[in-house]
Amino acid sequence: MSTTITPAVLKELEAIVGRDRVLASPEDRVVYAYDGTWAQCQPDVIVAPRSSRDVAAILRLANQSGVSVVPRGAGTGLSGGAVPVEGSMCLNLAPMNAILEISREDMVAVVQPGVVTATLQKTVEGQGLFYPPDPASLNQSTIGGNIAENAGGPRCLKYGVTRDYVMALEVVLPTGELLRMGGRALKNVTGLNLVGLMVGSEGLLGVITEATLRLIPKPAVTLSAMATYPELEGASHTMAAITRRGVVPCAVELMDAATVACVEQSHSLGLPRDVEAILLISQDGANEETVGREMRLIAEACRESGARDVHVAATQEESEQLWAARRKVSPALVRMRPNRLGEDIAVPLSKVPEAVRGLKRISEEYNLPIPVFGHIGDGNLHPNILCDRRNPDELKRVKAASRAIFELAVSLGGTLSGEHGIGLSKRDFIPMALGPESISLQRSLKRLFDPNNILNPGKVFPPADKDS
Amino acid sequence: MYENLLSCTRCGACLPVCPTYNATWLEAQSPRGRVALITAAQDGHLQLSPNLAAQMYHCLDCRACQTACPSGVRIGELVLEQRALLPSAGPGAWLKRLILRGVLGSHRTVALASMPLALYQNLGIRAIARRLGLLRLLPRRVQELEASLPRVPWRPLMSRLPAVSTAAPGRARGTAPPTRVGFFLGCAMSALFADVSSATVRVLTGLGCEVVTPKAQRCCGAPHLDQGDRQAALNLARANIRAFEAANVQLVVADCAACSASLKEYAELLADDPAYASRANAFSARVMDINQFLASRIPSREHLKELRRRVTYHSPCHLAHAQGICNHPRAVLRSLPGIELVELPEAEWCCGSAGAYMLTHPTRSSDLMDRKMANVASTGADAVVTSNPGCMLQLRMGCHRHGLNMEVRHVVELVDEALCKDGCER
Repeated sequence: MSTTITPAVLKELEAIVGRDRVLASPEDRVVYAYDGTWAQCQPDVIVAPRSSRDVAAILRLANQSGVSVVPRGAGTGLSGGAVPVEGSMCLNLAPMNAILEISREDMVAVVQPGVVTATLQKTVEGQGLFYPPDPASLNQSTIGGNIAENAGGPRCLKYGVTRDYVMALEVVLPTGELLRMGGRALKNVTGLNLVGLMVGSEGLLGVITEATLRLIPKPAVTLSAMATYPELEGASHTMAAITRRGVVPCAVELMDAATVACVEQSHSLGLPRDVEAILLISQDGANEETVGREMRLIAEACRESGARDVHVAATQEESEQLWAARRKVSPALVRMRPNRLGEDIAVPLSKVPEAVRGLKRISEEYNLPIPVFGHIGDGNLHPNILCDRRNPDELKRVKAASRAIFELAVSLGGTLSGEHGIGLSKRDFIPMALGPESISLQRSLKRLFDPNNILNPGKVFPPADKDS
Repeated sequence: MYENLLSCTRCGACLPVCPTYNATWLEAQSPRGRVALITAAQDGHLQLSPNLAAQMYHCLDCRACQTACPSGVRIGELVLEQRALLPSAGPGAWLKRLILRGVLGSHRTVALASMPLALYQNLGIRAIARRLGLLRLLPRRVQELEASLPRVPWRPLMSRLPAVSTAAPGRARGTAPPTRVGFFLGCAMSALFADVSSATVRVLTGLGCEVVTPKAQRCCGAPHLDQGDRQAALNLARANIRAFEAANVQLVVADCAACSASLKEYAELLADDPAYASRANAFSARVMDINQFLASRIPSREHLKELRRRVTYHSPCHLAHAQGICNHPRAVLRSLPGIELVELPEAEWCCGSAGAYMLTHPTRSSDLMDRKMANVASTGADAVVTSNPGCMLQLRMGCHRHGLNMEVRHVVELVDEALCKDGCER
């Protein structure tokens, strides 16, 4: 499909955005070749638009000249969505990062796609407002990327994922049309839900150039607890025990024994080593009284479901200390082995214990350490395969193990990805999770939006001959 | 070096803390981008082109990325190593070499180089130049620099300090035997901030230390490493190790954050030199920044003078990020009676001084200064306190530009004042 970018196209790009916003040096091509995965492929050119109109002009040009375009925010995605394809243009949206409006009356924020998630959160929290989605990369990832991947995070258990906060979008279609979808009204059922279609579309259907996001009042108080479980089953029954008490916790995070061992090996935080699971639980709310009462119910639920020790933090600072352990997980894992492959399966709540047991079996079968942590409260688990990918035999086992992980998730009624997306890394497994009719319908949608297949081609769907 | 590069997982945790990325939103000016560039150069996928060199020199070497990196990639240090591998060419190369090897080689040449400045400031030339408005003919940055330079002494401190300053028995507190401390006097401290380093020696002797200032010591080598002259840095490191070995001291203390950081890195710098590896290890293990030293030695409040001042603390990058020292200076300041410490927003964000950067990248440096001064002004403090000569100079220029009536002080100056409870000789 894609052709190489001709000097004439380069000239036109420079005419649209200005010379200094079109980069094509060998150095620039190297640094836009990757995202947060192992995949890499150099783009031929990197273009930084200043406005929606720039984006529209760029896409019109690309569509006419058959140049592939791969949109990119901060390049922190974990499924290869922003990794360029051969002969493509990287559309660098990171510099388009203005917060255009924060409305207390309407409880919305209007932002450009390059706004860093944490920057938005700090800004609205300064006004007593709250944007809940909290992917682990929130300090560096962009809102545009979060929307394209429908990012989640620990808090999404209580507050919902990015999708639940996107009210309206301005989008440029691959053919260059600029359109708006959704609106500021909290309820809005006029026409088909195009906003819902765009969220999580992984850069296949259009380029998001502006987003109107829903805000809620900022909870004043957050408290946390840590519970340790001699047996994993207990940890997996805790969520049900909590909800039976009429409480929706803010986050329930799992660290399995292998994860705890990794954290202790590199950071020695004094976590118990003789347990099968540790849960970190937090709850937030308007005042200490209600949050404290719910926290007591949560502690009761933990004990009832088999927790050995439950420690409820008395202060915000102590809560922070408890969460420090969770934040050390990624740093600890990357120090264990040279590489890690972070998977992102999600299963129905009742299948969590089976999933964790299954992952342990896979770890033994393929002789690879696979610590498991993640958002046990919503069934979204992050098995991380630790490896050295320079070792060809090990790499072969990693590939086999990740296929086994996907098969496990699907066999339990779950899915390939809870919050990272499919992109490049999981596209070949999509037939495992979706029926041929569904894939075919989705391909038709892609063709309808992007007849020349210029926008992020080769992502999400496997090459046609691998379909069935 | 290569193994460390491969530890980068491209998570991007370095992006939000990098001043150059946040100024440009360009991946090539981010720590992660620099790792990718260096890796590609090492793999032979990129030539050592002028553009690659320019990208390497865009880095401030503030090392904020090293504090943030979960995988332990020493990005700032890798950038310096890559600079040393670049071909030295171009019109600036000979000048750079002259300054690095000719001037910054020894305290004597630094003194010679700063002599015209001392003449200018002290012979009435400055007053005449100002009266005639001649300074207005200079570029804005130079005007600001001229106005903000501290008074340069006729003789740099190195030539005035005795080789051994004995512990002041009357002022020694506690029962510990006098510690024999080697004082590493940085070039910039000696030539520009001699009063501060005099205070350092007074504080050390006042706290019961015997202070040895080896005259054979030379520049720490940080400017040389920064500019890719690794060979010169290695030679300076060896000379300093010899000088302090001969001094037979228990500790080596420096009051310049860039120097103490650099001295602590000798162990790694000389790891492949069989004659010096173990000596460098022993040397680096003895090095302490003055703030580390003071944090455990400040006398109790009743022995100190009340200072009555509202101060804020700017964290030098080579203290905070290169050495991980953030709490010690704050603890020292809080232990002084009458000092109210107001936290500076973005205290650990580079002020833009960054060694030669203020000269090689004046616009970027100036933008960072403005960002820093907006934060400084928001504190409403009477003084901004820091611990590095480059930062002090930049903050003085910033106060001048932004019309802030605020003192710029070194931590040790306040300690010195507080120690003079019953009056003392200056």
